[in-house]
Amino acid sequence: MKNVIDIQNLTKRYGELVALDHVSFSVSEGSLFGLIGPDGAGKTTLYQILTTLLSPDEGSAAVAGFDVVKDYRKLRTEIGYMPERFSLYPDLTVDENLHFFASLFGVKVKDNFDLIAPIFDQLKKFPNRMAGALSGGMKQKLALSCALIHRPKVLLLDEPTTGVDAVSRSEFWGMLATLKEKGITILVSTSYMDEAERCERIALINKGRILDVNTPGRLIEGMDRNLYNASSKDMYPLLEAVRTLPDVKDCYTFGATLHITANDGFNPDDAVSKLRQKGLEDARIWPAKGNIEDLFIKLAKEDG
Amino acid sequence: MDKETVISVKDLTKKFGNFTAVDHITLQVRRGEIFGFLGANGAGKTTAMRMLCGLSLPTSGTGTVAGYDILRQAEEIKRHIGYMSQKFSLYENLTVWENLNLFATIYGMSAKRIKEKTDAVFRALGMENMRNVLVKEIPLGWKQKLAFTAATLHSPDVVFLDEPTGGVDPSTRRKFWEMIYRASSEGMTVFVTTHYLDEAEYCSRISIMVDGRITALDSPAGLKRQYHAGTMDEVFRIVAKDAKREN
Repeated sequence: MKNVIDIQNLTKRYGELVALDHVSFSVSEGSLFGLIGPDGAGKTTLYQILTTLLSPDEGSAAVAGFDVVKDYRKLRTEIGYMPERFSLYPDLTVDENLHFFASLFGVKVKDNFDLIAPIFDQLKKFPNRMAGALSGGMKQKLALSCALIHRPKVLLLDEPTTGVDAVSRSEFWGMLATLKEKGITILVSTSYMDEAERCERIALINKGRILDVNTPGRLIEGMDRNLYNASSKDMYPLLEAVRTLPDVKDCYTFGATLHITANDGFNPDDAVSKLRQKGLEDARIWPAKGNIEDLFIKLAKEDG
Repeated sequence: MDKETVISVKDLTKKFGNFTAVDHITLQVRRGEIFGFLGANGAGKTTAMRMLCGLSLPTSGTGTVAGYDILRQAEEIKRHIGYMSQKFSLYENLTVWENLNLFATIYGMSAKRIKEKTDAVFRALGMENMRNVLVKEIPLGWKQKLAFTAATLHSPDVVFLDEPTGGVDPSTRRKFWEMIYRASSEGMTVFVTTHYLDEAEYCSRISIMVDGRITALDSPAGLKRQYHAGTMDEVFRIVAKDAKREN
């Protein structure tokens, strides 16, 4: 399958700071690809290069067959971009924003309305509301509609669901699945690891470097090894106590339980009796199933 | 109101014209609790929080925050609470110390007390070497700790945290929550909103707002029992799916 995004040794520096350090990966046509990494990893810089808002210092990147430097004008017509911050005009109405973006790309709203209809229908009730007065979920739907109105081949989404509630996030990912079925290639970054698991492939990025690229399933292979749950009614004292136990590498909150990563020598039964001696009489430890969130925390710790 | 209740509101309501943003909410928050204030986008959380912080007058209803009446003593409330907004709100071009000094001075702390408190905080957080660094140059995790410190340096009765971890990666937001845990174990009352439902599990009690009303309120374990759900994520989906209001 052909690659719609192709990134080779891409490097960007801001003075001393290396924001992107020889980044290479590719995204095949019609796929849903996740970009995962901590704040400051270089994700937004990468988006800005792929959308031709910044030029790379070294390396090359092509989107939809167009080079980000040489063919930037042609490239821009093939992409839809949702930046991290809400970037529509707050003092234009819902309809005015949509028509404005359509006219920038020289298309009519009605020409491509079928593509955005499932998303935009929820905004139809208030065509004359100012975009700035919409709630978070509605802003996001309008931004996605504006990014799609010229029927781009590639959708570039930089943390589109930050500040969005769990139900609206699920709906949003449902819409992405529909767009993907229509052949649109999607590159999306997120800080929600449940969303990362919905991508077909993921690139893990930290400090400007790509650490790994694979399917979510392959990335978390082996994560269950020496991974345990711990719980007690006193979770914060438990967290502090577990960290003092021998053979514990890391312990962190994980929803209703704690997760422990341990060395081979770790013995759960011994650990429980030590915790009980410390007064945590209801402490329990049992094997855990690892996911992308565990992987992320492990990589963040190893990388400092 | 007894000394152990920090927030107590009854039938708090806010209307904007014909629209009822907050519809008769009633809740109490006890001293030292971590209270999770959840709800879908547009459910009315921000409007409710603004009333609790003395920034907006309710249309009807009564209540006290930190012992002060929300109808008549809004200025006193502002002095006795801390607030950390979702947007990072420190001054990037001031140093770490200058930021803390600025916020503490606004809260009316004396120079002597500011020095004592900041010295103690820098020691506790291991930030002594960052005292004179510009805020824009420190990593996100530290910025968050600093924003929390700026909101709590004046030892408020309750600190309001409005989506403090929005867009924050899994390991940084865990460090932030450990700071909340620590502050709570030292007696601080925390009122927090979040869209990360694993974080809801870390709260003592949770309320979930739907269309301006509080439709669920209990401990995470209690809510999971009530809704026969395994996780807070499931609870939230069950409670929020009946929302009629646009979000």
